[in-house]
Amino acid sequence: MADVETHEYDVVVVGAGGAGLRAAIEASAMGARTGLVCKSLLGKAHTVMAEGGIAAALGNVYGEDNWQVHFRDTMRGGKMMSNWRMAQLHAQEAPERVHELESWGALFDRTDDGRIQQRAFGGHRYDRLAHVGDRTGLEMIRTLQQHAVHKGIDVHMECTISRLLKDGDRVSGAVGYWRESGEYVAFKAKAVVMATGGTGKAFRINSNSWEYTGDGHSLAYWAGAELIDMEFIQFHPTGMVWPPSVRGILVTEGVRGDGGTLTNSEGKRFMFDYVSDYFRAETAEGEEEADRWYGDKLNNRRTPDLLPRDEVARAIVAEVKAGRGSPHGGVFLDIASRRPADYIRRALPSMYHQFKQLADVDITATSMEVGPTMHYTMGGIRVEPDTGAATVPGLFAAGECAGGMHGANRLGGNSLSDLLVFGRRAGMGAAEYALGLGTQPALVSGEVDAVTSEMDSHFGSDGAENPYTIQSELQDAMDTLVGIIRTGSEIDQALGKLGEFRDRAERAGVTGSRAYNPGWHLAMDLRSLLTVAEAIARAARERTESRGGHTRDDFKETDAEWGKWNLALSRDADGSMKLEKTPLPEMPAELATLLEEAK
Amino acid sequence: MAQVTLQVFRGDANGGEFVDYTVEVDEGQVVLDVVHTVQATQAGDLAVRWNCKAGKCGSCSAEVNGKPSLMCMTRMNTLDVSQPISVAPIKTFPLIKDLVTDVSFNYEAAKRIPAFAPRAPDAADGTYRMMQQDIERGQEFRKCIECFLCQDVCHVIRDHPENKPNFMGPRQFVRLAELEMHPLDTADRTEFIREAAGISYCNITKCCTEVCPESIHITDNAIIPLKERVADKYYDPFRWIFGKLTGRG
Repeated sequence: MADVETHEYDVVVVGAGGAGLRAAIEASAMGARTGLVCKSLLGKAHTVMAEGGIAAALGNVYGEDNWQVHFRDTMRGGKMMSNWRMAQLHAQEAPERVHELESWGALFDRTDDGRIQQRAFGGHRYDRLAHVGDRTGLEMIRTLQQHAVHKGIDVHMECTISRLLKDGDRVSGAVGYWRESGEYVAFKAKAVVMATGGTGKAFRINSNSWEYTGDGHSLAYWAGAELIDMEFIQFHPTGMVWPPSVRGILVTEGVRGDGGTLTNSEGKRFMFDYVSDYFRAETAEGEEEADRWYGDKLNNRRTPDLLPRDEVARAIVAEVKAGRGSPHGGVFLDIASRRPADYIRRALPSMYHQFKQLADVDITATSMEVGPTMHYTMGGIRVEPDTGAATVPGLFAAGECAGGMHGANRLGGNSLSDLLVFGRRAGMGAAEYALGLGTQPALVSGEVDAVTSEMDSHFGSDGAENPYTIQSELQDAMDTLVGIIRTGSEIDQALGKLGEFRDRAERAGVTGSRAYNPGWHLAMDLRSLLTVAEAIARAARERTESRGGHTRDDFKETDAEWGKWNLALSRDADGSMKLEKTPLPEMPAELATLLEEAK
Repeated sequence: MAQVTLQVFRGDANGGEFVDYTVEVDEGQVVLDVVHTVQATQAGDLAVRWNCKAGKCGSCSAEVNGKPSLMCMTRMNTLDVSQPISVAPIKTFPLIKDLVTDVSFNYEAAKRIPAFAPRAPDAADGTYRMMQQDIERGQEFRKCIECFLCQDVCHVIRDHPENKPNFMGPRQFVRLAELEMHPLDTADRTEFIREAAGISYCNITKCCTEVCPESIHITDNAIIPLKERVADKYYDPFRWIFGKLTGRG
């Protein structure tokens, strides 16, 4: 590895979305030499696409709100599968993180008395989402980016990490390559924080950006870490469905939060027919109560249009299946007939723009057509709630690639707050660990060379497979066989296909040079995509019940016994994927009481 | 489904040429979709930057039929597909490969801008109060997705790369205006705007405003007010005399 460029840090953060930036800011502030490595240009990560807002019990709109209510909403929304400690920390610390963003320059929409405005969102008892119109993610990433830049943190852009390296049991660094030149690069690090986001690009219809190939999940898995809850995939109920080229692009839940309703081809607000017993007591019974709720959340119950995302997505699938869908296989989302045009343009400018430009639809005049789209990976790297430490020493994780916080289903708005709360905690955890470590773990020269020669092997591969074709077939297989409604036999088929894809991916060949070569990049991404796809499929096969973002047509009921177990995946000694049932951490009595009281 | 010929620039810093690719186009597709089709079927190593494909990240800037655009927001049915469609990298920045350019100029400039410096919190609990009407201008500026199309069309640097060391371009004027008009900010960047950012090079041709995919009124709302601040501070004869007489210059 004599000729491989090498950088040395205390903490290397992989990924520069909300979680990675927040982690790097914290680690650096604690005095750790910190390097931030990201696959794209700075400020382009998937966080930029977040729309609706950051959930935090600021109590600016409803003084009744507090962390206890937010905790309770999160646990119930996650179908009681969330790690209780993460849900607690998240609810307690989110307000402080939002105020911190404001002190770093973020300009949130305001209440009449000049405080941070909050909007209603699915599954949240009160108006809770701090926001900037429908471009909250952009505000958040830009604020963090600018803060990090002014703090002088080293940012290595367009640099892709291919493998984590270990010195004995400990993480010692990472190997990757510069996209621009194709040259290899190694990072020596005492601690590495994974903040790489989700896995949406393993599916065809998704709302995710280019980067979402499950890198962090996969890097951690190959380094020996445990993944949990991988069966829980959030299909956001409202993605665009037409025209075909935009299918899956997100339509913010803010449309419903601000008054939009879902209707079927008969013009009926069908969500009233899909209120489960679990949410009946807190959901409006009729349209009048639902409409009053927008203006008075204390004396009315929430519209079923804003049930948690898993519930709404399943209802849409059922309506379409019953023949009551829209012309292009979705349902209608109507805000045009419910709010004045200038209000819509002001509250939802990106949505207005997006439909106008991409679909020739004026959302102030007509309904949108929407349907479910793969949106979020609840599962991820198992971490210690307080520190973000993974099960491998020196490895940390935060944000979407970490597991546990959202259980079986994430509430809208809880992702941006998750990035801030646990990004900071992972940065802190990693810095403390790194600064407490006496000596820098060593990079083993032979290992670096082994990784780079494997990366090289895609050039001149005989009888080469086209990596784009493999990804495309993988996406189709995941959509049709491990999608929103699953059955055991179809998942078995998927697992068979994944084996074939793995064989073919080894033969994925590329032409051209290493410099900025997307084909080569994808050939290497396939390893991550196939790893996370297998993890999702294996966990989905094992969990013989339906819960949150995991719906089994052959096991339709939620099973209380299954509610006691997480599914954990790790790499077995023989290289196969090992699956274990591990008990859910037990919630302390005082928190359990909160769930009872608030019913 | 129509067939269309895309003429895509292929090359690197050492030179290159437009190469024709004929592909099928599906309903509703945007230019970026078609570039992806070329990539997946004919040219796996075709370099292109993109992230969100929804007009939110500002990664896929290029010159489509000579017009600086986001490829993800340029629908094929807005172009005359009976003729070949040219796709070239943005011109103002050095070429890396194919459609990808080196935009580090913008990131380096961002590092030099004096940081946000907030006043002390307004409330005892450490929070601030700002009224909506006082932040609306700032929110307009913060819509910027850093696609750098405004930088691409700015004559000061597009036609005169030698100006780059002395001129930061419209993107950074938007950033500076945002900071200067931020209700909480306490720093004074007038000297920086004049000297380091080089605002006087701008001769308000409004090309940046016209090309902005976020419809930010770059010239009217950002650049002209900044020019006025600079003029007030450094070129107002009455202020100059007042300063000399009172010693507050």
